[in-house]
Amino acid sequence: MSNEIAILGAGMHPWGKWGKNFTEYGVKAARDALADAGVDWRDVGFVSGAATMRCGYPGYVAGATFAQALGWQGAEVNTSYAACASGSQALAAARAKILSGACDVALVVGADTTPKGFLAPQKGERPDDPDWVRFRLGITNPTYFALYARRRMEIYGDTQDDFALVKVKNAEHGFSNPNARYKKKFSAEDVAASAMVADPLRLMDICATSDGGAALVVSSVGYAKKIGRGDAVKVAAISTVTPSYASGIIEMPDLATDSAAVVEAQSFRAALPKKAYEEAGVAPGDVDVAEVYDLSTALELDWMEDLQLCERGEAAQLVRAGQTRVGGRLPINPSGGLACFGEAVPAQALSQVCELTWQLRGEAGARQVEGAKVGITANQGLFGHGSSVILKR
Amino acid sequence: MSKESAAATSNKPSVAVLDGWFTMDEDKPHLLGSQCNSCGTYYFPKQSNYCKNPSCDGESFNEVPLSRTGKVWSFTNACYQPPEPYIAADPYQPYAIAAVELEKEKMVVLGQVITGVDVDALRAGMQMELVLETLFEDDESRKLTWKWKPLASQ
Repeated sequence: MSNEIAILGAGMHPWGKWGKNFTEYGVKAARDALADAGVDWRDVGFVSGAATMRCGYPGYVAGATFAQALGWQGAEVNTSYAACASGSQALAAARAKILSGACDVALVVGADTTPKGFLAPQKGERPDDPDWVRFRLGITNPTYFALYARRRMEIYGDTQDDFALVKVKNAEHGFSNPNARYKKKFSAEDVAASAMVADPLRLMDICATSDGGAALVVSSVGYAKKIGRGDAVKVAAISTVTPSYASGIIEMPDLATDSAAVVEAQSFRAALPKKAYEEAGVAPGDVDVAEVYDLSTALELDWMEDLQLCERGEAAQLVRAGQTRVGGRLPINPSGGLACFGEAVPAQALSQVCELTWQLRGEAGARQVEGAKVGITANQGLFGHGSSVILKR
Repeated sequence: MSKESAAATSNKPSVAVLDGWFTMDEDKPHLLGSQCNSCGTYYFPKQSNYCKNPSCDGESFNEVPLSRTGKVWSFTNACYQPPEPYIAADPYQPYAIAAVELEKEKMVVLGQVITGVDVDALRAGMQMELVLETLFEDDESRKLTWKWKPLASQ
């Protein structure tokens, strides 16, 4: 298929709170990805970085920062920023360069160092800034996740115990993942004993923020064949569509949804994988494994339905039946997900693709999904950014 | 007694915490939105420059009071004190939050729930009405915000 590119290598720096410069994480991930690919750094024609907004100017020009750290060798560079979808947009930029014939091999890197404590808006009186306004009124980030979670309880009859099962399952998956930050198994009782943050979500239902880095070496299918890697995992689709008006679900940092009085309400989360399925020529029933953005435990259930992996309202039943564990019919977040990683914004979407690469190669060790041939990622961030990537073997 | 409940009985003048976002009618307040003169879609907060409906190039809007009752879409609470610019009572008093669906405008609007009503008292589909309550007070005035309150007749 003409729109596919090959993933020759994947690499990560373990997630944590290491307190180092983000460049170190990116370089470590990049060197691992290059070694995994068997590609010499000097053969890379394009470096596509995912920007971080929290690490000063080097973060705004992440592509160049990583290229310089690896040793300037004349490659072209690019930096993408798309909130939580930054990594996917950087991957899309590399794909465009490769498919246009402008380069054979590209390196895609995202890394972040997160500040300590809570994320809060800038100081001052700024009533024109919706993010400032909602904090002034007492609406924080967990508010939104909790509203989605409670909506599931009210409409579908999901329970807090169901959400806890998602945490227990992801903790079990991440336990054996060397790149996960939290490698500890938890019981449903542990989750229930953690502090309530925003009813119905407890501390252990909500993901943390982390440092981390992830990288991919990608190439044209022709180049992969030339170096004897014709069987490499392929990127079959990258969807980075924006929402369609009118957005029917209340989104951070808004205080109200769009009005659907004139135009029908649309779901952004559902639109992201829809475009990816169309582009890949893959049906939801073909998916063997998914990595989804579990900012909260309950959100993983929303994603399963948005990915059309089950009917609306049925995700909790699959979790209760153990179907979403590794070994079940439809494993979700075999990496351990954000529950075990914490969010490292520019690296997170790439880490999802790294995990699926290892899964589709059969190299995921104790968390391996047997015989996985098709995998999908999904994530969503602020300001109309989101992504869904499909990999095939 | 918390600062918040003390404030409710103070004699200081009341001022909207956000100027022009709602009417200061303490009996039957309305949120102030806007409506596109070309396609009729509603906005909250007010939109006054360009319509965000992709099939509309409207650039003129009327300020409109939004429906002051609606149904609960979902709800939660804030167990921990939010960071600045939230100004919390001392000691901090957790509060419930509701997302309420306005039927005519077909939009969901967030707001705190009135003091004394916890998540246990809320259900999806419940009828709510808009009221004003003190969010915080400073040396000069009580700052009022909109809050959602379960309709008495349920």
